[in-house]
Amino acid sequence: MRSLTMFIAFISVSLFVFSQAAPAQPVIPAEPFHDAMRGTTPIDEEAKPPLIAPTENKDVIRGRAYAQQPPTIPHKIDGYQLDKDANRCLACHARSRAADSGAVPVGISHYLTRDDLTLGSLSPRRYFCTQCHVPQADAKPLVGNTFTDVEDVRVAPGPSAPQSPGKK
Amino acid sequence: MFRLIKRYWQTINRPSTYYSLGFLTLGGFIAGVVFWGAFNTALEMTSTEAFCTGCHEMHDNTFAELKTTIHYSNRSGVRAICSDCHVPHNWTDKIARKMQASKEVWAKVFGTVNTREKFQDKRLELAEHEWRRFKANNSLECRNCHSFESMDFTRQSPRAQNAHQRFLVTGEKTCIDCHKGIAHELPNMTQAMRDQQLRDARPK
Repeated sequence: MRSLTMFIAFISVSLFVFSQAAPAQPVIPAEPFHDAMRGTTPIDEEAKPPLIAPTENKDVIRGRAYAQQPPTIPHKIDGYQLDKDANRCLACHARSRAADSGAVPVGISHYLTRDDLTLGSLSPRRYFCTQCHVPQADAKPLVGNTFTDVEDVRVAPGPSAPQSPGKK
Repeated sequence: MFRLIKRYWQTINRPSTYYSLGFLTLGGFIAGVVFWGAFNTALEMTSTEAFCTGCHEMHDNTFAELKTTIHYSNRSGVRAICSDCHVPHNWTDKIARKMQASKEVWAKVFGTVNTREKFQDKRLELAEHEWRRFKANNSLECRNCHSFESMDFTRQSPRAQNAHQRFLVTGEKTCIDCHKGIAHELPNMTQAMRDQQLRDARPK
């Protein structure tokens, strides 16, 4: 008896709910699925990865995009060991080795501790080079970027009309 | 029993009184061939990768490290096995190295590097042995494959061209001076540098 009452109550409640809010039909987009990383590959399929972009290995020092940008590495660093035992970068870039190797020596800023004390050797916080310095590949950026250096911002547009307020 | 031993001893002591000279010469020759063949086969067997990586010390440390490097995995599939770099190909040097290797058997028996930690502690010493060997024989095991005559500098990166032009052509340095840690992880290089300075300072 009790279960019958419960059943009727359930039916009436669900009838009420479904009559009030019909489930929204999924909107099928006009254009096929597209994702910056996956392309048009559906979610349930595995995308074919693109070729690994070859690292630029020209040994020509690149310009910097902004002041104090860590310079990028103009050569391959495949298999370079960088741990507590060995630092392959310093094999050439250490100040003591720079004359022999012809590499750019580590900057003097790298000898400062957090408290601005100058050490006689590389500051431990600067030890892991690839935290800031990275090699580059000629790869297509996945997302757009309109960044301009402050100098270009200042110089390039010139004395143009001020932008109307309200527009962002 | 005693008489039996005595009889055999007499035969062995003066075999030519019991066997013909032709039999002894031919038999000696055949026995020599068989012995030599077996010896060389056994020697070669100890230079195979399966033998080297048969113990966990080599399999889990050095061999595991090799696998990530270009000497194991690369685009053309040509690879080096342990003995290509660590056993001299020349026969006399090979025998000398094999005799040294008896110390490695000792280390295996007494578990000198039977844990990763022990191996890490020993890494510098072991690496220094190999560096010294390569330095002494002018990186012969590198040159067995990487022939200087066939090295086309124009196909190298500018940095490699410069370095090879300056140090390899002049003979100022040998392969191992710059190319350390290409097949296994490097040991503590700060300590290695100090050791080198000590050795250089020592009067010869």
